[in-house]
Amino acid sequence: MRTEPIIGPSGEAVPVARTWHWGRWLAGLIALAVCGWLVGLVVANPRLDWGAVLHYLFDPLILSGIVVTIEISILATVLGLVLGVFLAVMRLSHNPVLQWLATLYIWFFRGTPVLVQLIFWYNLAFLFPELILKIPFTMIGLKWDTNQVMTGFTSAMLGLGLNLAAYFAETVRAGIQAVDRGQTEAAYALGMTPGKRMRVIVLPQALRIIIPPTGNEFISMLKTTSLVYVVAGHDLMTNASQIYKANNLIMELLIVASLWYMLMTAVATFLQGRLERRFGSDAVRLVRGGGLAARVLPRQPKPEVTR
Amino acid sequence: MTGEPVVLARGVRMSYGDTEVLRGVDFSVAPGEVSCVIGPSGSGKSTFLRCVNGLEPVLGGSLRVLGEEVGHTLRDGKYHPWTPKRFAEFRTKIGMVFQRFNLFAHQSALDNVACAPIHVAGMPGDQARELAMEHLARVGLADHAHKRPHQLSGGQQQRVAIARALAMSPTLMLFDEPTSALDPELVDEVLEVMKKLALDGMTMVVVTHEIGFAREVGDTLTFFDEGVVVEQGPPADLLAASKHPRTKAFLSSVL
Repeated sequence: MRTEPIIGPSGEAVPVARTWHWGRWLAGLIALAVCGWLVGLVVANPRLDWGAVLHYLFDPLILSGIVVTIEISILATVLGLVLGVFLAVMRLSHNPVLQWLATLYIWFFRGTPVLVQLIFWYNLAFLFPELILKIPFTMIGLKWDTNQVMTGFTSAMLGLGLNLAAYFAETVRAGIQAVDRGQTEAAYALGMTPGKRMRVIVLPQALRIIIPPTGNEFISMLKTTSLVYVVAGHDLMTNASQIYKANNLIMELLIVASLWYMLMTAVATFLQGRLERRFGSDAVRLVRGGGLAARVLPRQPKPEVTR
Repeated sequence: MTGEPVVLARGVRMSYGDTEVLRGVDFSVAPGEVSCVIGPSGSGKSTFLRCVNGLEPVLGGSLRVLGEEVGHTLRDGKYHPWTPKRFAEFRTKIGMVFQRFNLFAHQSALDNVACAPIHVAGMPGDQARELAMEHLARVGLADHAHKRPHQLSGGQQQRVAIARALAMSPTLMLFDEPTSALDPELVDEVLEVMKKLALDGMTMVVVTHEIGFAREVGDTLTFFDEGVVVEQGPPADLLAASKHPRTKAFLSSVL
């Protein structure tokens, strides 16, 4: 808005009048009042024991649940990312069988609810009481009791990871397809095989498109892990529910869990912002040459100003 | 300019779906020859160039490049299609420069040039970067080695692309309208590099609209139209007195 006086018709400086946005003020006040009222209903509710919230906020069971939630989130995300890249490459391959299988996988895992998948993995023992890994036609191999392998933790990790892979495959596919076709042609013209072109030229550039959504996937994963509650994975939600089932302080423990989920999300959002700044800007900064890690991990340019 | 032709096309045909792009191309390039190809857009000249290094499949006729039938090997009385790996090996002997440069966007100029020696030829990194530096110096860009493609002008990018193609020491260089995407004032620096390469005795096929370059540097000039070679000859003759009306019409529109 202009504050500098305007030169009027007779040559003198005339001040600019201030505009009052009455409508904006009014709408803002009404919105604030409604929100304040709703929050007040909860906060000032005599049936809600804020002392209990504070008491359970740092309960050892809650804290150990947080650790498990973070573990499951990280492991499931890593599993989903790795498998997702393979699925995307399969979908884009020229082999119709691989293409079809990847499509089927994606359709299946996007078509069934995560909750169903979690319960399925947890109850795998009904189908296979023992997991056997052996060399065909010999007696050499390994055998596990399914119920011991498929704990709440592993079934949560598998269920969430396999599910994420289906979604992530589509992100990776979009990333790969967004890399200019000319890059592939140049790679071929230099004598690269299709696999080498993918690893050395296309995937590193696709990362710029793939990386930002992975942050979202991880943030969403942090909260999806609460579904693990149904298979008793000892995560934050499972442990909170164990406490409230014993003492009936349901609302208080849901608030405790929510506060922690919000904190984890805030931290993850902050990290995502940094990741995006590193990848989303003008160019992808990747380490030249080197091993696999050097190719996949970004290199931060030397900071000129220290904060 | 004697010996077996580097490129020998006889009745080469190629189509995209139902659209016939090449309808029986006869064309040859001798060792050390600079062969310039002109023609209206859609005449099939770029497609033909891409057939030469196997980026597009030949669907009819015979195309022999560097003594091999492109895409097939004769064995036990049959032509067996190449594997992707065989194509890759074949292409290491041919350098290609694209209209839109196609530098690897995530790598510096130096890494672009060192990329194929490292990842295709398996050269150690230090040695490859040393070699890349020499090639960049040859195209006058040693000072820009650590810049990324988007920090370079179009002319500089194309010179890096030429250095990148030369890093594998090819015996044949293909240029697909190398100056068409450049601002007019940047054309000369690229043509200058190409001219130097021609003087060094490189065998080159250049699809171009730069008639001046064809006249000065080219050994032969070929006019493509509607998927066939209409006329071929020494540039001076063709430009001064073309026999074919379609060549005349095209030349009068570009000169």
